[in-house]
Amino acid sequence: MDVLLTSSAFAITLILLPLTAGMLCFLWPAIARILGIVTTAAGVFAVAGLGWQLQLNGTFHHPIGGWGAPLGIDLYADGLSLLMLGMTALVALAVSIYSSGYFTSRDDEIRFWPIWLLLLGALNALFLAADIFNLYVTLELMGLGAVALAALSGGKQAIAGAMRYLLATLLGSMCYLLGVALLYHSFGSVDIATLAVRIDSSPAVWAALGLIIAGLALKTALFPLHFWLPPAHASAPAPVSALLSALVVKASFYILLRLWLSIFSPQGVGDGVNTLLGLLGGIAVIWGSVQALRQTRLKLLIAYSTVAQIGYLFLAFPLAAASGGLAWNAVAYLALSHALAKAAMFLSAGNLLRYGGHDRIADLDRVAQRLPLTAGAFALAGVSIMGLPPSGGFIGKWLLLKAALDQGNWAIIVVLLLGGLLAAAYIFKVLGNIFTQASHPHEPSMVPARMEWAALLLASGAILLSFMASPIFELINIGDVFITTGVKS
Amino acid sequence: MTTAILYALTGIGLFSLALYSLIVQAHLLRKILAINIMGSGVFLVLIALAKRSDEIPDPVPHAMVITGIVVAVSATALALSMMLKLNTETHHAELPDDQQG
Amino acid sequence: MNWDSWIPLLVVASSLLPGLIIFSLPEDKIRLRTTLNLAGALVKLVLVIWMLWGVYNGRHFETRLPLLPDLELVLRAGPLSLFFVSLSTLLWLVTTIYAIGYLEGSPHRSRFFGFFSLCVTATVGVALSGNLITFLIFYELLTLSTYPLLVHRGTEEARHAGKTYLRYTIFGGALLLLGTVWLYSLTGTLEFTPRGFLNGIDAQHYPALVMIFILLIGGLGVKAALFPLHGWLPKAMVAPAPVSALLHAVAVVKAGAFGIVRVVYDVFGVEFAAGLGVTTPLAWLAAFTIIYGSLRAIYQDDLKRRLAFSTISQVSYITLGVAIAGPIAAIGGVVHLVHQGLMKITLFFCAGNLAETLGIHKVSEMNGVGRRMPWTMAAFTVGAFGMIGAPPVAGFISKWYLGLGALDVGQGWVLVILAGSSLLNAIYFLPILHAAWFKEQQGPWPDEHHFDHKETAWALLLPPVITALMALAAGLLASLPFSPLEWAKLISIREFYQP
Repeated sequence: MDVLLTSSAFAITLILLPLTAGMLCFLWPAIARILGIVTTAAGVFAVAGLGWQLQLNGTFHHPIGGWGAPLGIDLYADGLSLLMLGMTALVALAVSIYSSGYFTSRDDEIRFWPIWLLLLGALNALFLAADIFNLYVTLELMGLGAVALAALSGGKQAIAGAMRYLLATLLGSMCYLLGVALLYHSFGSVDIATLAVRIDSSPAVWAALGLIIAGLALKTALFPLHFWLPPAHASAPAPVSALLSALVVKASFYILLRLWLSIFSPQGVGDGVNTLLGLLGGIAVIWGSVQALRQTRLKLLIAYSTVAQIGYLFLAFPLAAASGGLAWNAVAYLALSHALAKAAMFLSAGNLLRYGGHDRIADLDRVAQRLPLTAGAFALAGVSIMGLPPSGGFIGKWLLLKAALDQGNWAIIVVLLLGGLLAAAYIFKVLGNIFTQASHPHEPSMVPARMEWAALLLASGAILLSFMASPIFELINIGDVFITTGVKS
Repeated sequence: MTTAILYALTGIGLFSLALYSLIVQAHLLRKILAINIMGSGVFLVLIALAKRSDEIPDPVPHAMVITGIVVAVSATALALSMMLKLNTETHHAELPDDQQG
Repeated sequence: MNWDSWIPLLVVASSLLPGLIIFSLPEDKIRLRTTLNLAGALVKLVLVIWMLWGVYNGRHFETRLPLLPDLELVLRAGPLSLFFVSLSTLLWLVTTIYAIGYLEGSPHRSRFFGFFSLCVTATVGVALSGNLITFLIFYELLTLSTYPLLVHRGTEEARHAGKTYLRYTIFGGALLLLGTVWLYSLTGTLEFTPRGFLNGIDAQHYPALVMIFILLIGGLGVKAALFPLHGWLPKAMVAPAPVSALLHAVAVVKAGAFGIVRVVYDVFGVEFAAGLGVTTPLAWLAAFTIIYGSLRAIYQDDLKRRLAFSTISQVSYITLGVAIAGPIAAIGGVVHLVHQGLMKITLFFCAGNLAETLGIHKVSEMNGVGRRMPWTMAAFTVGAFGMIGAPPVAGFISKWYLGLGALDVGQGWVLVILAGSSLLNAIYFLPILHAAWFKEQQGPWPDEHHFDHKETAWALLLPPVITALMALAAGLLASLPFSPLEWAKLISIREFYQP
């Protein structure tokens, strides 16, 4: 038992298993579905094991091959990594189960599964990375995988959306890499822990900060750099949209958060940036919600909802200075809930599309009675997106409100409340239509049960999160990554 | 030292020019080329800044550049194949709302 | 294991679990669904009686579950909680029987009863909440579970009514959320405490507290149909009659009024609130709503809409009783929670019977219906008299104490409001009674259904008769130990006199 406790098996499995499985799926498409589900299931267990390790031992550190930084690549896991890994594992499992029913032709399977599993491996590696260059590499891996998946359906819309996504993501990566170059040049290391100690305020660091934030903000689709997201997320196949909105945008946000917390913020570098990020986040919430309200197609509505929800994550930056842990805990909860809820929403939209052949909101024909599980999934996910109790989204919203009220930041309070009202408007726009009959009813197609259940279970997860706040916060705070004042050891 | 700074500034210059080109040019091939040149600019900066004094240059940035080149090649391959596919579908090598009609 | 600490949670679960199971039942499993419904209602009733008896003997029932690192989900059985939860439980049982009869042969009953059960879960949760965040959670859950009931029929009209309902209630929810978090930020606690928990607050925070009061009352006032937040209620009448009955008498409107009582008594404390100067404007607003609702009711021909405006008027009695900061008025306001519930649900059951049996939706169609449906109209008459405030029906008692209480604290103008309201109630109820009993039927009924030689189906007839009898009993037997009136006195004593 002790051997298991101190081994790196869990972390290594998380990276190696998807990579190997991805290649196997490519070589041997017949077993792709099974292999995909088994891999993601194993991933859930591996994350649980890693969590157990973290709880007993504190933060996890493993130099690959025995070579340490700065030449070797280190794996590092603390509470925040665990949160991201757990989120990824749960969404990955659900999406894999869903996809096993969604993709039925051999062509689709051979295209989807290898790329998806490689993407999963890259995601896990990203969350376990300990230096900023490894973050770049995994970020690129993930980005290329995501673009390839986005273009999967092959139509004109999909390719155009994916192309725009590719150009945007590459631009972001280039900016990020330049920032890394500047940081390395100034301090001689790419290891996050080392940089945290050595950093100071200088023009090079300012430039690096600006480039890194700009690059990552572009990849996270923060307003006004969000233009690529709606077309890409809306024209991708439903499970891919789920992955993109739930996981891929969170990865670049994670990097931003990690670098901010570990390197930039403790030294007080970039305090004005706080306000800028908060401002852009607030505009994103309002703008994204308004745009969502104007959409006539369901998937575009959900994509704009993602733009809005990402804005919420950035609202914590101005609040974090004074309220520290509270604001970051809120962000963690919002990110986790959003991942589950948004994935559930896109999967539900996929079901509706499969069922009716279209996703026009006004023509959703009595879905409440024909696809009750899907309707339920969308409704539950919507509750979390709106921030209504009981849901994880409510907990996150409550914490942000409390932090804002503690500091008297009325702008953020107004944004939070207004965002909630607008979200209710666009969610109920959809829900209102699922009870009524369409003006032109049409022949329905069958939706496999596992697709409906995958969506429903994810959505239920978002609701159940409202009751698990205390234990989750304990886990997240392992490693004290959210404590940014005072001397770090 | 001065040569290194010169190279670094060239790299930054390439980066900026390519960035402008990426945003302004409509044809996809030009955009892809712009990305590649941005990449080259960043690599140039990395290598140039590797030489911090008169000693042997630091090998770590060289390793980073090699990794970066591999990534850039894969990304370019993906981008080119997507551009070709888009061209087949729409007979334009431009993104839909950049087209002039 | 301390069983007492699980009972409140079980009360909530007794409708949640059957509800979730009912969602998954196929449409034709009628008997199973009915069994689950009634079993849940009976279990809940038994648990509530257990709690009543336990509290009477000095036991303590409280469930605390962790929610956030520094806030808990608290369900507690105090006098006010038990008061409301008893009403909800009893009326849920009766309404379930009525709904089973009313929806006979309708589509999507599994979905309906599933959300029905969720709605009751939320109401019971609201009743048993021990702190403001628990209240908030169940209050919003109430919004979410009543919406599908409102749009159940799936027509365009229902969808529009649902949209209006949501606009008001979600907006109210946002106000309530802001008020709650702000209060928490200022005081660090949200536990319901008799006499309020704000006594030690620094005077510099008083303006913020006034704002918080406005926010909280605003959020609660939407559901409590306080002017000008009442607009959703008349539109919500497109829902089936059991839903209207539930919304008006048991769940939504009562939850709002109950919340106002909680905020004034157990968050601010009535003396503190009076000191802040917020109770007098609230009293004026309540008084205005009372008159406004009654005036609008006079001009409605649609029976359910007339009853809707009557509700808007009557529920504000509760708010008025609370806002007149005196112990006797408190009794009047609090007891009206139960009295109005019993009377109004009777009226809505009767309206539903008229619609289902004879196709009558308008007052102008009701001539001579007393002969065709005597029991229904008898129950309606009892309810109407109660609304007017005529003894011996329970409504008289509420008005008596409100009037007395107003005089006690020197707010004589309230008597004018009460008298005026009684007069207006008479104006819009007496003609209905006169037409039903004393006028001749004019032509055939709009859409008659026959039930052998009975007046109407048993499941439709029994509930209004039962609730009418209860309303009568609450008035006649008001001085007995467990009557609603005695209970209300207990609650008032706790608020005003105990240290």
